[in-house]
Amino acid sequence: MKLSRRQFTKLAGGGLAFASLPATLMKAGLAAEEPIKVGNILDQTGGLNIYSMKQIQAVAMAVDEINEGGGLLGRPLELVFYDAQSNNQLYSQYATQALLRDQVKVIHGGITSSSREVMRPIVQRFGGLLFYNSLYEGGVCDRRHVSTGMVPGQQLDALCPYVVNELGGKKGYILAADYNYGHITAKWLQKYIRDLGGEDLGVEFIPLDVSNFAPIIARIQEAGPDVVWSALVGAAHISFYRQFHATVGKDEIMLAGTTYAVGREQLELTPEEGEGIVIATSFVDDLQTEAAQDFVARFKAYTGEDDFIGEYGEYGYRGVSIWAEAVKKAGSAEPDAVIDALGGVSIEGAGGLYTIDEQTNHNTMNIHIARQGANRRFEIIRSFEQQPPVDTQLVCNLIENPNDTTQYVVEVE
Amino acid sequence: MDTLLVYAYQVAFSFSIFILISLGLAVIFGMMRVINLAQGEFIMLGAYACVVCTAFGLPLWLAVPAAGLIVGLIGIAVERTVIRFLYGRVLDTLLATWGLSLLLVGLVTTLAGPQSQSVPADLGGVSLGGLQVPAYGLVMIGSALAMLVGTYALWRFTNLGLIVRGTMQNPEMARALGTNTSMIYMLTFGFGSALTGLAGALLVPLFGASPTMGLFYIAKAFIAVISGGPWPLLGTLSASGLYGSIDGIVSFAFSSVLGEIAVLLVAILMLRLLPQGITGRLRKGL
Amino acid sequence: MGWLFSDFRRPAGERPGPVWWSFVVVATAVLLSLPLTLDLAQLLDLSVVFVLALLALSMSFLWGYVGILSFGQTAFFGLGGYVYAVAAMNWGDTTLPFLLGIAIPLAFAALLGVFMVYGKISDIYFSVMTLVITLILNRAMRATSGDQYVIGDVRLNGQNGIPGVPPLQVPWDSSVTLFIDHVYYLSVVLAVLVYVGLRLLLTTPFGRILVGIRENERRIELLGYDARRYKFAAFALSGGIAGLSGTMFAIWGNFVAPEMFGLGQAAEVIIWVIVGGKSTLIGPIVGTGVIQYLTSWLGTQGVGQVTLVLGAILIVFVLLFKDGLVPTLGAAIARVFAGRRESGGGGQ
Repeated sequence: MKLSRRQFTKLAGGGLAFASLPATLMKAGLAAEEPIKVGNILDQTGGLNIYSMKQIQAVAMAVDEINEGGGLLGRPLELVFYDAQSNNQLYSQYATQALLRDQVKVIHGGITSSSREVMRPIVQRFGGLLFYNSLYEGGVCDRRHVSTGMVPGQQLDALCPYVVNELGGKKGYILAADYNYGHITAKWLQKYIRDLGGEDLGVEFIPLDVSNFAPIIARIQEAGPDVVWSALVGAAHISFYRQFHATVGKDEIMLAGTTYAVGREQLELTPEEGEGIVIATSFVDDLQTEAAQDFVARFKAYTGEDDFIGEYGEYGYRGVSIWAEAVKKAGSAEPDAVIDALGGVSIEGAGGLYTIDEQTNHNTMNIHIARQGANRRFEIIRSFEQQPPVDTQLVCNLIENPNDTTQYVVEVE
Repeated sequence: MDTLLVYAYQVAFSFSIFILISLGLAVIFGMMRVINLAQGEFIMLGAYACVVCTAFGLPLWLAVPAAGLIVGLIGIAVERTVIRFLYGRVLDTLLATWGLSLLLVGLVTTLAGPQSQSVPADLGGVSLGGLQVPAYGLVMIGSALAMLVGTYALWRFTNLGLIVRGTMQNPEMARALGTNTSMIYMLTFGFGSALTGLAGALLVPLFGASPTMGLFYIAKAFIAVISGGPWPLLGTLSASGLYGSIDGIVSFAFSSVLGEIAVLLVAILMLRLLPQGITGRLRKGL
Repeated sequence: MGWLFSDFRRPAGERPGPVWWSFVVVATAVLLSLPLTLDLAQLLDLSVVFVLALLALSMSFLWGYVGILSFGQTAFFGLGGYVYAVAAMNWGDTTLPFLLGIAIPLAFAALLGVFMVYGKISDIYFSVMTLVITLILNRAMRATSGDQYVIGDVRLNGQNGIPGVPPLQVPWDSSVTLFIDHVYYLSVVLAVLVYVGLRLLLTTPFGRILVGIRENERRIELLGYDARRYKFAAFALSGGIAGLSGTMFAIWGNFVAPEMFGLGQAAEVIIWVIVGGKSTLIGPIVGTGVIQYLTSWLGTQGVGQVTLVLGAILIVFVLLFKDGLVPTLGAAIARVFAGRRESGGGGQ
């Protein structure tokens, strides 16, 4: 008992020593210019960390690189990280803390739409700025919110014609995660497939914790499609690719996905289980451009880890870089000034040119169609330059309605 | 297409999952009355043990029993360092095993990363009733049955089984008769853990291994074991049979969501009609 | 000095004395004056502790004093939140939705009470049944992502939950809404009221019979009381309190989501209650605060996997504190004072 109490004290003491570390850093930094604080709220802990881990590192790398290059506006950046532990209650608490107590000039963060919708009113209320670096269903119309990831329209506009017309995937069967993203993506898929003269044989929405796909794969076989469209998400759904490979196989029925590889799914499967899956992406590690390969090399050197970064990882770097460019353009890091400067801000990023569309505060980017080949590497089949966020543009116009804060649901058809 | 055969496979597959995830709990909770909230994480440890073993070059059919052995040993270590101080203190067991479950998820994420891992069985598909099913699914069904029969035989027909059952029913009497009850508790907990680890390893080829996978199974396992009633093995078998059938049929005929909800609704009806569980009215059993 | 604590060590059936009342008044005064020194972010963090403490109280009342472990208190918590959210978003006014956020979970708990208590479901079977009920609500709510699932003008929105839940308005003037600091005052006042209310309830004949049921249900029945009626009433009451907690949670965070019904939330409530100590009513409040603070503090400390550290702390905690934080600390303080008196006595 005595021993464990002493151990406990030691543990607690260690914790305190650690907690004082940022304070020391701050004192040291005060001698120079006052830093600009950048908040990053993501899930290092909990079920969503498959999407967050690399992005956390990428955000840190972007901040470090900016500091090494002399900071922004002559001031250093200070990164404040909050681990929201896949819990929306903490997103609410940390967003408030970041804006009020820690006085961050921008929040980068949020993986799920629900976490973003928890933070958005808070950012609105306290006059902040939120960079949401994630793939999502589209439709958010809010000047204090910037979406840097792909929305369904961007992806499917490129992917569907290729799969339906060129690969002959006329008859499709859609599997989507049972939440907003999946439902909206499924609707767009149906529209694109029908418009292209194809046929959607079935649509299934699968709860995020279902990992037994036996009944679903049986139904797919009954329907007999040419291609299965996957908008599956998360740790449980990855089992689908394993079970599909062990049952039907991609030689019988093709697989195309909107979410595959964004969370480095190719790493979770064996090379055979993933081979042949067709995706639409704005960044994969195998993108054979100088910018992409340079980014991959720098990231590996920065983290000391030799594996895939993935789309979600790159989103973090992309978000900070775009924000930094807007700060330079505004000549100020104050949220309102940055927001005014954001429209049309453009950077040459790892996946090509990224331009913030002033009408929607979404990202216009290059979309690449890729197919997983041997050894988990992707072959780029075709690239589409500067795809705008077409779906969100249909419903959102921030130039005309700057005070809009709605997330619209795009009515398909 | 032979519809009956397709349904039969769906039911048997679903049943095997229920058996696999709850058999170890039937021993640890059903017999020992230890509410192990880390049960799901023991499944996860089994899956990772299998991944590690195959990474070291062991073939899958050897990696699976090895994983069972490893998790059994981990179970014994947990019993000696934590659980053994908490017998009879239900609350503290709840808290400690919840802590253990958090700790294990954090530990495995730190060591192996958040991404899930694959170990394929590479058995391909077989045609059943006109549709392809994974051949490994049949292996899972067979293994689940074998584990069930094996556990029953061990408890029912061996001397050790007799001593264990005696100790669980009346530890004072067993001690008076010269049994080292502390050792028996340790072994039983280890055995339950080994079954759980074996289950986790068996799940890997079709479900993979990921740090948070335990969460998907823990509630189902407890519901199956508890609604089975006072006789752990028979109860778990009948509950798994019932829920597996409903899940298999409804999930295939309608959707996975309805399958899950139907299982839960039937669980409520069962408990209302048989307030002491399925085997509550039996006077003798195991 | 020992008399200072005697008020807290009285059996539940006895009326609390002046020391306890003074404690309640002083503690409330201190809590209500905190906004003078804390910033809004800290108030937000503290408010959610008191909001969730209501949920913990609803569980510990039932568990610690009636002997029923309801694993699924989150069923009423989530229901309260959703009822408030849907009603307030449809009607624009928030007073009636607030009351419905308590009344509907209470009615639902009463309905379940009839189903379970009169169905002679007890012990672990009661626990697992309540768990199954909350899981059904969780699954069902998550399955409402499609745009056909609408109540009035409000989409249930499935897994994503409902964002933009309106803040509470002052009943007499719907243009005045509660801000972060007002929500803090309200949550403190509600937590104190429920705490005091439950404490006093236990001193009434009704409350004493409840404790009697925990001690020996058979004997209570032999004395001529219908134990089922009392258990039913206690369950309904605790459902109402959990509903209040859920309603306040929706007001606190302006969102509701299916996780409110989920397994993780359900298990966490039990952990708060055990950490604080279920044999007191103040324990669950302390337990909620400790775990909530630890969780949100660890998230900003760069400890890597938060669950790894939190899990280790819980295991060490179990081995150090046998009956939960409040009872163990209470006993330790009492021992110190008792020891002083003894040594003082020895000197005479």
